[in-house]
Amino acid sequence: MELLRFATAGSVDDGKSTLIGRLLYDSKAIFEDQLEAVERVSTARGDDYTDLALLTDGLRAEREQGITIDVAYRYFATPARKFIIADTPGHVQYTRNMVTGNSTADLTMVLVDARKGIVEQTRRHAFLASLLRVPHLLICVNKMDLVSYDQAVFDRIREEFTAFASRLDVSDMTFIPISALEGDNVVTRSINMPWYEGASLLHHLETVYIASDRNLIDPRFPVQWVIRPQSSERRDYRGYAGRVAGGVFRPGDEVMVLPSGLTTKVAGIDSFEGPLDEAFPPMSVTIRLEDELDISRGDMICRPNNKPFVGQDLDAMVCWMTERPLQVGDFMALKHTTRWVRAVVKDINYRLDVNTLHRDEAATALGLNDVGRVSLRVTQPLFYDSYRRNRTTGSLILATEDTNLTAGAGMLLGPD
Amino acid sequence: MESETSEVTAGQYQLSHLRAIEAQSMHIIREVAAEFERPVLLFSGGKDSVVMLRMAQKAFWPGKIPFPVMHIDTGHNFPEVLKFRDSIVEELEATLLVASVQDSIDAGRSFEEAGVDPSRNRLQTRTLLDAIAEYKFDAVFGGARRDEEKARAKERVFSFRDEFGQWDPKNQRPELWSLYNGRHQVGEHIRVFPISDWTELDVWQYIGQEGLELPSIYYAHRREVFRRDGMLLSPGEFVHPRDGEEVFEAVVRYRTVGDMTCTGAVESTAADVDDIILEVAASRLTERGATRADDRVSEAAMEDRKREGYF
Repeated sequence: MELLRFATAGSVDDGKSTLIGRLLYDSKAIFEDQLEAVERVSTARGDDYTDLALLTDGLRAEREQGITIDVAYRYFATPARKFIIADTPGHVQYTRNMVTGNSTADLTMVLVDARKGIVEQTRRHAFLASLLRVPHLLICVNKMDLVSYDQAVFDRIREEFTAFASRLDVSDMTFIPISALEGDNVVTRSINMPWYEGASLLHHLETVYIASDRNLIDPRFPVQWVIRPQSSERRDYRGYAGRVAGGVFRPGDEVMVLPSGLTTKVAGIDSFEGPLDEAFPPMSVTIRLEDELDISRGDMICRPNNKPFVGQDLDAMVCWMTERPLQVGDFMALKHTTRWVRAVVKDINYRLDVNTLHRDEAATALGLNDVGRVSLRVTQPLFYDSYRRNRTTGSLILATEDTNLTAGAGMLLGPD
Repeated sequence: MESETSEVTAGQYQLSHLRAIEAQSMHIIREVAAEFERPVLLFSGGKDSVVMLRMAQKAFWPGKIPFPVMHIDTGHNFPEVLKFRDSIVEELEATLLVASVQDSIDAGRSFEEAGVDPSRNRLQTRTLLDAIAEYKFDAVFGGARRDEEKARAKERVFSFRDEFGQWDPKNQRPELWSLYNGRHQVGEHIRVFPISDWTELDVWQYIGQEGLELPSIYYAHRREVFRRDGMLLSPGEFVHPRDGEEVFEAVVRYRTVGDMTCTGAVESTAADVDDIILEVAASRLTERGATRADDRVSEAAMEDRKREGYF
């Protein structure tokens, strides 16, 4: 069984909670005691209907204010796949939560109210999903029951969205007309929309092809930890533990280690279960090399003929997630793969309006929930790829040096 | 660069969902070992901590686990669980620390709750925080899962705790990709939850796949029980049936393992892992809803305890 992670975004009136509630309930991932607890609270609050948002809005403050504060993770499985939902709230801390939820998602589900069509928030969802390079975008046109299941409404929304998305970098886009409340096209195909010939929502989630979304071409292995057992029977054992970030590694492969640039061969790939013939993303393994080289955490194993970029001057699209603005000259702690370095902000090239995609080149700072292109200089060279090419070796976080908050998320661009 | 991998080839490189979440958990465990001075892994002998311990073993194999294992001992343990704890720690050649709630009470740091059969569930927090301070632990692995409870659904993998051990759910660090931020100042620490993304069913499937041993009380057995608040409790030194609570024998098993005073059994004939996987897949009650009195205090009982520094 395969794992699919997807992010959802939208406000309460898009019917997102109803849809998630239905997916969870129909796949038996909502339990009776949870449902009873939600019914109890809903009744006590005087709601007209059972508010399924209460299933995920677990914090006291969320329940009191009737809002979702934070990304909530939900789990369900069908016989075909296991699903992890990152459910992101629509209003508060919008960009921060969307970026967080999308960073690990295979698919983003955007809900559109059939009566309202494409609104500002829809465009923001789509833009952030493309910025985070979520491989699959799923647009659910919801509340079709309220527009008499009219194909013309669906077609109009699809055309308008497709036109907008041509300005974005989206590789796979799917549209499904649904009614979350009535269950049309959610688990099974709806008899109310015979004109729709595609899959139901759940069927799409179960079958969308994700195996080739990973980078299986560029071998990248950031060293996490050096295993040296120091026991009598394994005195000479030295293995490099880590998680494969790209490509496929096999015993016998000629490899290069950065920053030293020395080359050697893979002597073996070890796991607790025994030696492995190959390792690929996202496996956690231990690589042994034929020659004894000086290698430590933060180093990168790659191929002599396929190396990442090496550099101290970086350009990145940065999402800013904290109150204190990011300004030219600021020093930050930066984490990339398995290393922390110091970074200084050399330039803020522009700030991007996430609603209009307009570039404000006069901007001198990024505020909370802003997105912009930033130039950084770091204390030690990083071994990186463009985020376009590899989401693992192309991503970074920025933390404040005094308060240690995770303040920024960066997606690296290649050197010009 | 080279040509794109075709869909046909990409399909060969697939991991099962268990292998995928295992790889993620091992990555988290290694990050902690590499970035912190003094990590510790909380081990209760329960199924979640058994799974976590197995992945710690895998993450550093053939080396040993590079941090100690700590049990917060309420003194209200199932004897089977203590026996199991000692044998697994010995097998892995791990270092076991025991922090005792009774010691905290004797030292005047904690006070037994009033009433008949007091639970020591909440008292564990003081003992845990004192142990963290005493040993100067800066990272504490816990086996909590996001599917367990609604406050835990909002929990980070790396969860920051201030100098009072407090969790501030409204002010959590965003967590992106697999880039975990464990930075903290002296006196603060990070709680780390490597199996955040696992469900109860995943845990059981993994136990089956790995052939992991568990305390015997997880499997169906005959036991004397009585009913209280819809739960089946086991009478003994720490739990006494009150008037009208009739003791009877039943075939039961435990879905969670906690303090004997607040952990209930469920009627079940599931005698091995395969039976339990079927039972869990078909169950319409969460494990905590079915068996934990400590979560029933209020709608936000878990959030309140977590804010104080609970697991």
